[in-house]
Amino acid sequence: MSGEVIGVWIGAILTLGIFSFLYKDNPFYKFSEALFVGISAGYWFVVTFWQYFIPKFWDNLALSFNELVTKGRIDYHWIYLIGGFFGVLMILRLVPKIGWLSRWSLAFIVGTTAGLQFTRYLESNGIRQVVGTIQPLVVGGNLGTTIGNLIIVVGTFTGLIYFFFSKEHKGAFGGAARVGVWFLMINFGAMFGYTVMSRMSLLIGRMDYLFTDWLKLIK
Amino acid sequence: MRREVPLILTAIVGITMIIAHFIPPFNILKNLFEDWFFIIAAFAIYLGILNLIRVNADKLYKKQHDWPFGLVVILGFLLITIIGLFFSGGRSFQDPGTPFYYLYMHLYYPLSATMFALLAFFVASASYRAFRARNIEATMLLLAAFILMVGRVPIGYWFSDWLGDALGKSADWIMDFPQTAGQRAIMIGIALGVVSSALRVILGLERTYTGGE
Amino acid sequence: MDEITNQEKKTFWENLLSIDRRIIFLFIIIAVSVPLFFKTSLEIPVSPVVQGVYNAIENLPAGSKVLISFDYDPGSMPELQPMAESFFRHCFRNNLKVIIMGLWPQGPIQANMALDKVFKELKEEEKTVKIPQYGIDYVNLGFTAGNEVVIDRMGHDFQESYPADAKGTPLSEIPLMQGVRNYDNVDLILNLSAGYPGTQEWVQYAVDVFHVKLAAGNTAVQAPSMYPYVQTGQLTGVLGGMKGGAEYELALKRPAKAVSYMFSQAVAHGVICLFIILGNIAFFTMRKKKTS
Repeated sequence: MSGEVIGVWIGAILTLGIFSFLYKDNPFYKFSEALFVGISAGYWFVVTFWQYFIPKFWDNLALSFNELVTKGRIDYHWIYLIGGFFGVLMILRLVPKIGWLSRWSLAFIVGTTAGLQFTRYLESNGIRQVVGTIQPLVVGGNLGTTIGNLIIVVGTFTGLIYFFFSKEHKGAFGGAARVGVWFLMINFGAMFGYTVMSRMSLLIGRMDYLFTDWLKLIK
Repeated sequence: MRREVPLILTAIVGITMIIAHFIPPFNILKNLFEDWFFIIAAFAIYLGILNLIRVNADKLYKKQHDWPFGLVVILGFLLITIIGLFFSGGRSFQDPGTPFYYLYMHLYYPLSATMFALLAFFVASASYRAFRARNIEATMLLLAAFILMVGRVPIGYWFSDWLGDALGKSADWIMDFPQTAGQRAIMIGIALGVVSSALRVILGLERTYTGGE
Repeated sequence: MDEITNQEKKTFWENLLSIDRRIIFLFIIIAVSVPLFFKTSLEIPVSPVVQGVYNAIENLPAGSKVLISFDYDPGSMPELQPMAESFFRHCFRNNLKVIIMGLWPQGPIQANMALDKVFKELKEEEKTVKIPQYGIDYVNLGFTAGNEVVIDRMGHDFQESYPADAKGTPLSEIPLMQGVRNYDNVDLILNLSAGYPGTQEWVQYAVDVFHVKLAAGNTAVQAPSMYPYVQTGQLTGVLGGMKGGAEYELALKRPAKAVSYMFSQAVAHGVICLFIILGNIAFFTMRKKKTS
């Protein structure tokens, strides 16, 4: 029996283990689930080590150390030690007495993310979307485009009105918010339909694996 | 120290990242901060993993409920970690043919894919039990979902081919216009929320990440 | 007699609504599995958003460089792997140079799997066609941690995020990467995305900052969120879920996995729609009885 065949059998058995939950919770499912958790953690550990830690941290420090030893000069790559210092502070979260030091690393992460997202969300998801909504409301000779543009403008505008909670939703404002809700409901319906599509696709993939790769009932 | 240093750090880093967008010379600092961000992100992953191992080791040691499965977690972790670090050719550890690749294909991949595939069943069950046209809004949601589910697969074409693929074209139209409008409203709302949250964090008005002590 | 009939009807609808969910699960398994055994050729019209992706690649002259970012894991393989294979088929057919990378750790592995399959096809079906060579026709840069920061840095200099490829070879020693400094030297970016980081981050940090052309393949869950980007032109097109992948395969005139799965998809959707209809009929019937 080749390694590949054994591997497929292991994969199929674990797949059935997870599916067994559909009947009821059982030790076979719990074993498969626990194995998944452990394997996932190990996977991330190995990938982060080889794909990030070694090339970005270790290699840079090795470069600087080499410069110091062979040429006797201090290279700018030593600055990566500061990043490593913050990284170690993050790990200290596991030590109760000095775990508060991890907040410094967290503050760095939060600050970087906040600064990056401030400009990007404002431009890509804010301003550009507003620009995309400014469409001609009447396109001469093209009824389809006219209706489409009207829907885009009215739908976006009323949807935004709905999210404005500083004013009570009554009267004309409330009516506009109601229309906004309808557009949001259409959006949620579309998202539901696509979610069903997505989940079914995943299940199709697994059943195909069982019938094609494992049982070889389908060529 | 415990709260002031994080707040000052956040402010300096956040402001630098924003200013660099408008004043290019600040990109040198921005790049440096991003490099450190990479390193800290990697250590954050290690923190999560170490915590997971600690929790399961604790469970095992104290023989808590379902402790054998804690052992399975630790053994699974050790198996793939040892093979990935020492027996898979170093940086080429993900290449086809390595032991790590074998474990990825026959352990990680089936488990991960099947976990997500379970959702298909629960979506079907939830649709049957809870998806009701109780009012106008729910009916609109239901109709949109219906047209999309039927129109975006070949049965829509089979049923409405004689009408020029009306179902498929309706599904496309819904996605291009009303769905886009609703989605855009949500997008702009989220963008404004992110911008205000980012400002609050940078200016020190939002302090939950600094902890309660 | 009428009272007994009314009681029986009420019991039937109540029973229907409180059916054991395992019976529903069984219906779903049958709906998904049985169609897999039938090989059918399906008519699937290509939608404009998918045509946009096809045209973006088709219109590139031979020798153009395409950056493909694999931002998904095995959980999304049924939807995105067929798209990945189609992208490779299309790019290699048109003699485009492919630069592979991933913002998810599993991404580059998925890329290798797709490449294996496409190369196998090329060897079996088109024996006279040159098999793409690593370092000349394609390169795999691997995965880098950092999410959107990676995208941002690559806009200035690829080497800042990827000093070497996945095998450790410095980029300066790879023929394909000669003259490729940043996005200015890439003609198109294709993104296969299952979540964060993904297409949204590519739009925010690559398209809107460095003005590159971007087309995407997304899981069906994400696809509705991408339509506003298509409408503004930030995305040239999007392949949404398995249906999008199937349409793209047909546009390429190379029906493959995604098309073969569509019959199962269609039957499964039909079953779910029937369940929803049944549930609503039961709900309204019982509500009518309560009010009367």
